[in-house]
Amino acid sequence: MSSPLRGSSRAAREGTIGDLFGEASASESSPRREDPASAAPDAASPGAPPHAPGPRGVTLLRGVRHWRTGERIDLGIADGMIVDARGLHPERVIDAAGAVVAPGLVDLHVHLREPGQTAKETIETGARAAAAGGFTAIACMPNTRPVLDTPEWIDWVRHRAAGAACRVHPMGAVTVGQEGKQLTEFLALKAAGAVALSDDGRPIMSAAVMRHALEYAKHAGLPIVCHEEDLTLKGDGAMNEGFTATRLGVRGIPSAAESVMVRRDVELAELTGGRVHFAHLSCAASFAALRDGKARGLAVTGETCPHYWMLTDEAVGDHDTFAKMNPPLRSESDREATLAAIVDGTVDCFATDHAPHTMDEKRQTFDLAPFGIVGLETALGLTLTGLVEPGHLSLERAIELWTDAPRRVFRLPSVSLDPGSPADLVLIDPGLPWTVDASSFASKGRNTPFDGWSLTGRAIATFRAGRPTFALAGTAAEALGSPPSA
Amino acid sequence: MSVAYHESATRGAFPVPQGAGFFVEPSTVSADRHLLGLEGMPAATMLEILDEAEAFRERWRLEGKAPGIELAGFEVCHAFFEDSTRTRVSFEIAAKRLGATSTTFGTGGSSVSKGETLLDTIHTIAAMGVDLFVIRHSAPGAARYVARQLDVAVVNGGDGMHEHPTQGLLDLLTLRDAWGGRFEGRRLAIVGDVAHSRVARSAIHGLTTLGTEVTLAGPATLMPADVELLGVAVAPSVEDAMAGADGVMALRLQRERMDAGKLPSLAEYTRVWGISAERVSTMKPEAVVMHPGPMNRGVEITHDAADGPRSRVFGQVENGVAVRAAVLARCARAARAHRQHPAKPGPA
Repeated sequence: MSSPLRGSSRAAREGTIGDLFGEASASESSPRREDPASAAPDAASPGAPPHAPGPRGVTLLRGVRHWRTGERIDLGIADGMIVDARGLHPERVIDAAGAVVAPGLVDLHVHLREPGQTAKETIETGARAAAAGGFTAIACMPNTRPVLDTPEWIDWVRHRAAGAACRVHPMGAVTVGQEGKQLTEFLALKAAGAVALSDDGRPIMSAAVMRHALEYAKHAGLPIVCHEEDLTLKGDGAMNEGFTATRLGVRGIPSAAESVMVRRDVELAELTGGRVHFAHLSCAASFAALRDGKARGLAVTGETCPHYWMLTDEAVGDHDTFAKMNPPLRSESDREATLAAIVDGTVDCFATDHAPHTMDEKRQTFDLAPFGIVGLETALGLTLTGLVEPGHLSLERAIELWTDAPRRVFRLPSVSLDPGSPADLVLIDPGLPWTVDASSFASKGRNTPFDGWSLTGRAIATFRAGRPTFALAGTAAEALGSPPSA
Repeated sequence: MSVAYHESATRGAFPVPQGAGFFVEPSTVSADRHLLGLEGMPAATMLEILDEAEAFRERWRLEGKAPGIELAGFEVCHAFFEDSTRTRVSFEIAAKRLGATSTTFGTGGSSVSKGETLLDTIHTIAAMGVDLFVIRHSAPGAARYVARQLDVAVVNGGDGMHEHPTQGLLDLLTLRDAWGGRFEGRRLAIVGDVAHSRVARSAIHGLTTLGTEVTLAGPATLMPADVELLGVAVAPSVEDAMAGADGVMALRLQRERMDAGKLPSLAEYTRVWGISAERVSTMKPEAVVMHPGPMNRGVEITHDAADGPRSRVFGQVENGVAVRAAVLARCARAARAHRQHPAKPGPA
């Protein structure tokens, strides 16, 4: 395993894009390994020298709609980059007229479970789930076993993800073991490739520790991603406090358990000048606090997840563990506040909080089942169906909240449709009706409350650095062939 | 929101494709072979069970307690994963009086302490030929969970803070006796730790279904969120709740509530929320006093109220056996029918 730093210089020398993403470049440096599909064009033209000058293995996306302007364009892909489509001699043409082309989606909040809990998910299966959802980059949470709290583990994840179906940007823990006490080596974590810091799942209850973390993170230039939850208010709660919890006899978690911590950390952002990113916001009072922090000019950002605009705590039905997540599904007024915060721009970006669990874990009584649902493969469909179709957001804005917006929040390399940009792309059919079938997920997790739902719109093809990582059967993207299931 | 997909977010309207997963509810759950809770039970069903309980009570009074044949050849298992004396004994007596063979197990020394899951434990015992399980468990939803997962009849003997339907039914029988058969136009006060009480939840579902008004009173720390949406009123004080009521139900107060910082002291609780003879005297002349037991005398109820002329505390216990017999008989009839026609689709 070569060190990422040495690998980076080699990648730059060879003109590949791995380094743009700060990725472990061992497998990035070879276009052939980066793009297994390139085997097909090579086979079609056996006489072509492996390193002929000029674009080779060119793919042309013909007549696709630009996600911002809506105009019909032809998009060329060669050597992992977007190239000028004029005068190309494509070896493969995708006639996806009507499909929308956009930079690949980004999810800042994914639990890949590896190392340590590979029965729930692995980096490989999580990345394939991401690709199937239209994602080309994900940021993974450090609450693995062991916790990603050293540069060695960040490095390990990046190398393990080097050939995965999407780019994987690990986050490092804020405190050693996520115990909320001793800070980790932020600068070393950053040097190893951590894009943010988070104790997700284990809120930092000590305001003093959070203060020092924010102060110290300024050196590293990294945001601290906050899972906001006052554990004393949460108690033994297992779902949102309210009528449904009362009816079901389940201990409730008040929305204030989240919002008091958001308030606290808005104040600490002011005190320290540090960057705070609020994870998976779910309730009206939290959005109000974030709005307030922004009005005061603080470096605060926030995300929310599809289930918070699609569902309320009524979805728990009669103790359905597939509707158990943390933060919990909230009231109808909180759902409406989530929509309002999305529409007025208080929400900076979307995220899934993809949290796979095994069937055995979820197949328990409600109190024992772990919190969390999978989200990568339903995120786009729920966005188009829940936000665009009813007219809350334009298609462009909805896509932006999954693409440019999260890239800005974590300062990830930008991706565009212009020649020279890495060809990290998604093709979306916004009008395609489909039915969620959890049993067909690429993720190991089947724990979704949306199984069987009829949605409109989904990704039909995904490219990581020009390499098809997903192609939906029965669509124009089928011509890409069945992407290797890694 | 009126779009179609949002309907799926409402209770009971989940789209249920074939083979979608374990949480898919088989049609058998709502069939009569289970008693999982009083929520959603039609008034007519409740009254049928009360009528049958009354018939058993009469039979035992007139003909003695020799075992009947209702449950002959029927194997009942009382699976108590949580401590219980009166509910367990009451079910055991009821099963025996109807001629069932039955076993009882508690958690002490059983495989549960070896980490076996609830489901595996029940599944294992079911494989021994048990026809019906009475399940008491600390997890809300435990009884429904077993009924969804395994092909056995389930009677909920109390699931966490959720429901205790046979207690609710015996409370209804006690009140029907006291109120001359009329539930409409009556008002019951329920006082105390509503938040943690499965007894209160089942009583609320039963009484509101039958047309009785329910007024709750208790410290705000022990009152569950949005409880009014269950169709009840919350009174600011025990005096307000009891004045002019047709009865009062005192709920058991657990000492843990003090440790959790929800109450300052037992003495203050008794002074502010305790059911005393003096407070009982503010109700209607024929009003009754109930308590699900076991009582903390001198805490949520005083001696003069518990043992006074209005008290139905021990009548409740007597009715418990009759109601549980009626429930077991009803479920056994449905379970036998289910066994003869297992594929018969029922209402979802």
